Amino acid sequence: MSTEVKQKESLFSKKNQRLLSDPFNDNNPITVQVLGICSALAITVKLEPAIVMSLSVMFVLAAGNVIISLIRNLIPNRIRIIVQLVVVASLVILVDQFLKAYAYDVSKQLSVFVGLIITNCIIMGRFEAFALGNGPWKAFMDGIGNSIGYGVILIAVAFFRELLGSGALLGFQVIPDSWYITNGGFYANNGFFLFPPMALIVVGLIIWAQRAKNTKLIEEK
Amino acid sequence: MNVNSNAYTYTFATVMVVLVAVLLSGASLGLKSKQASNISQEKKQSILASIGIEVDRSESDAAFGEYIKQSLTLRGGSVVSEDASAAFDIDMAAAIKAGNMDRSVPLYVADKHGDTYYIIPMRGKGLWGPVWGYLALESDGNTVVGATFDHKSETPGLGAEITMPMFTEQFPGKKISEAGMFKSISVVKAGTSAGDYAVDGISGGTITSNGVNDMLTDCLAPYAEYFKNI
Repeated sequence: MSTEVKQKESLFSKKNQRLLSDPFNDNNPITVQVLGICSALAITVKLEPAIVMSLSVMFVLAAGNVIISLIRNLIPNRIRIIVQLVVVASLVILVDQFLKAYAYDVSKQLSVFVGLIITNCIIMGRFEAFALGNGPWKAFMDGIGNSIGYGVILIAVAFFRELLGSGALLGFQVIPDSWYITNGGFYANNGFFLFPPMALIVVGLIIWAQRAKNTKLIEEK
Repeated sequence: MNVNSNAYTYTFATVMVVLVAVLLSGASLGLKSKQASNISQEKKQSILASIGIEVDRSESDAAFGEYIKQSLTLRGGSVVSEDASAAFDIDMAAAIKAGNMDRSVPLYVADKHGDTYYIIPMRGKGLWGPVWGYLALESDGNTVVGATFDHKSETPGLGAEITMPMFTEQFPGKKISEAGMFKSISVVKAGTSAGDYAVDGISGGTITSNGVNDMLTDCLAPYAEYFKNI
């Protein structure tokens, strides 16, 4: 309860900004740490659920980080993982209940994956690695940063999968009807993009592009 | 204060659990009515879809009132109640636990552009969880005009295909009774259906297809009894 004295640096100091920007590139939770992959495969068939999933994870991660950080000196060390689980599970149940009440169709599409946010390793990872040892503001920035890093990849994958798999974006058709073979054109949707393996391949391509650009990330042999 | 002592750990855990319980039950109670109305609107939407009326979920309350003229409750082939909300509130999951002639089940009577249609709710077991749907019959109580199916957790790409037009579009024109005797509609191996009483199942989704087959037999029987007398 007594360590909040030394924070004299400004809210958006260089160090705090890096908390936001690092997960975006050098330390992206999906493409660099390869965490949270299973949800990236499962709900990226269409853009809308991917966006809702990103926002839900952002809420859970930012709020959870702040809560854990606020009570970090009160948590008995032996049950800290249980406490973290309770915090993340409660937040996820709240999100689930709100989606069911106010975004029913989206909650049906996300179905079990909202519940599975609980097991998203990004969240427990940030609680354990960051929120337990840092103040609430930093924890909040870290939460927002990591969930944006997660969301950006999710949305990028969903963009390609919906565009190439269904010829649409956010449910609106973008490939003209006349292009399709059934209407005498030359184009057909690639059904393979609707299946999870394609998400893995798209994530792989993104990792490749990111490493080609940012050679720091390549491990030395 | 020693945060790692046993007494503190127990106290912390107890306080935490009570707080979380209060918070979550509060949220659940507060949002319950909104969630229930979403579910009932979706149900109305699928009932209407079986007679070919596609509406948005937000408009389903109004459309349901416009098209559904009667909601009856049947038991063993005869009408036991004409109270619309009682019929609508019947929980099919609980109802199908009783033998098919002993259960109280709803029958929706719709009027679309002057034609009468009967809509029958169905529920059964798929491979991983429940499957359910609505079958709409013409005014003869025998010829199918449309069917919709839904499921909780069937395999995407296989069993889950029962919701797709490829499967449901086979139903219009099929019949459930032959010369007054109930026959049901069989879901058979993909590619082998023939005649008025069979549709193609989903290849690769055999257990789901069998589940739909059993559901049709089980859930249509009580209604066939009722339609004999109209």
